[in-house]
Amino acid sequence: MNNLVERARELLENKTISVIVGYEAGPTGIARPVFITDPSKADILICDERCVQNLAVYLTKPEVRKLGKTGIVATLPVMRSIMMLISEQQITADDVVVLGISSDRKLLDIPDITVMQGFIEKSDLGNPQKDKELLAELNKLSPDEKFAWWQKELSNCIKCYACRQSCPMCYCTRCAVEVNQPQWIPVQSNTHGNMEWHILRAMHLAGRCISCGECGRACPVGIPCHLLTMHLTDQTHRYFNVHAGTSDKMKSVLSVYEPGDKENFII
Amino acid sequence: MSDFEPKIVAFVCNWCTYAGADLTGTSRIKYSPNVKIIRFPCTGRIDFMLLLKAFANGADGIIVSGCHPNDCHYTSGNFHAKRRWIMFRELMDFMGIDMNRVTFSWVSAAEGAKWAEVVNATSVRIKELGPYVSYRELVNKPVEEEVRNE
Repeated sequence: MNNLVERARELLENKTISVIVGYEAGPTGIARPVFITDPSKADILICDERCVQNLAVYLTKPEVRKLGKTGIVATLPVMRSIMMLISEQQITADDVVVLGISSDRKLLDIPDITVMQGFIEKSDLGNPQKDKELLAELNKLSPDEKFAWWQKELSNCIKCYACRQSCPMCYCTRCAVEVNQPQWIPVQSNTHGNMEWHILRAMHLAGRCISCGECGRACPVGIPCHLLTMHLTDQTHRYFNVHAGTSDKMKSVLSVYEPGDKENFII
Repeated sequence: MSDFEPKIVAFVCNWCTYAGADLTGTSRIKYSPNVKIIRFPCTGRIDFMLLLKAFANGADGIIVSGCHPNDCHYTSGNFHAKRRWIMFRELMDFMGIDMNRVTFSWVSAAEGAKWAEVVNATSVRIKELGPYVSYRELVNKPVEEEVRNE
């Protein structure tokens, strides 16, 4: 942790980066994102098990970009998000300095994108353990039970779009949900529109979701909407043997194809 | 229920299935009149949201059809569509939405007879499944009612 503060201060002092995105302890003790431009303030950075938010979401924000080259405290999901953002040409490798954090909260030395790729490839790329269990349980239900379960969960949705705002991959400046000609998603929060919104979100993230689970954590009414994208992450791996965010050159699963893609439902 | 006539919406590509359906007609092959055909430039154009909108607006069944692989007018539209439908079906299964109501097929411009078969088979299947009430109920559910039930 002290290594992280030292490294951050050094980078800010020698002007390699002009801002660092990391975590600080908020007044109630929870970790919250912090943007540090002054080297003397680098000591408020923390890095412990409270720091779970995916900070990569800030990399595409104009407010952060205009500050200049960004340093970012990056756990594995953040590194994978950065890979996806580079592969989708939203940022370049030169825009960011990655202060990598290992799963046991040690500072990693990540000088460039190749090293980061090596680290990602060595890591466990599946969904988090507790979500795997939830997915397995849900998959055991009958179609009617699944339908009822999701209807109950989604009827709580208040359409605040926190799931979208917290997601590093949802960077479109004009989201399909805000389009009103045609109006794809009803504006008011009713069960049907809520369901359509979550289907749309999951489909737009199919093969791009890096399983950080941020959407589920961000949801103010506790809808486990991350399970939808995580389920599709499992399926992209099953059908196409691809994990998102493992290379800066990969194309997302739904924007490429193999002539030999297997399916069994088209007659 | 026996006199139930399903509404089936067919999203078809302009170059193969639409021409195929045209051939069914010019060949004087009789097939189920329940189908309403909507022509698209390519299977790659058929957004998954269109299927959801069709269900919401009263469709009981859907057919999605286009050129056989390697026959796409735009080279790769149907390959992209295939990947999208694989993902879409998995998501729908996960959410418990009945994918037996959606038929995916490849029908070329020369397969007028196959088009009739696809439509007839879908029509019979949807007749057995009945009207898609559970989805339409969602649409008509007013917001206030949901709040009151809590």
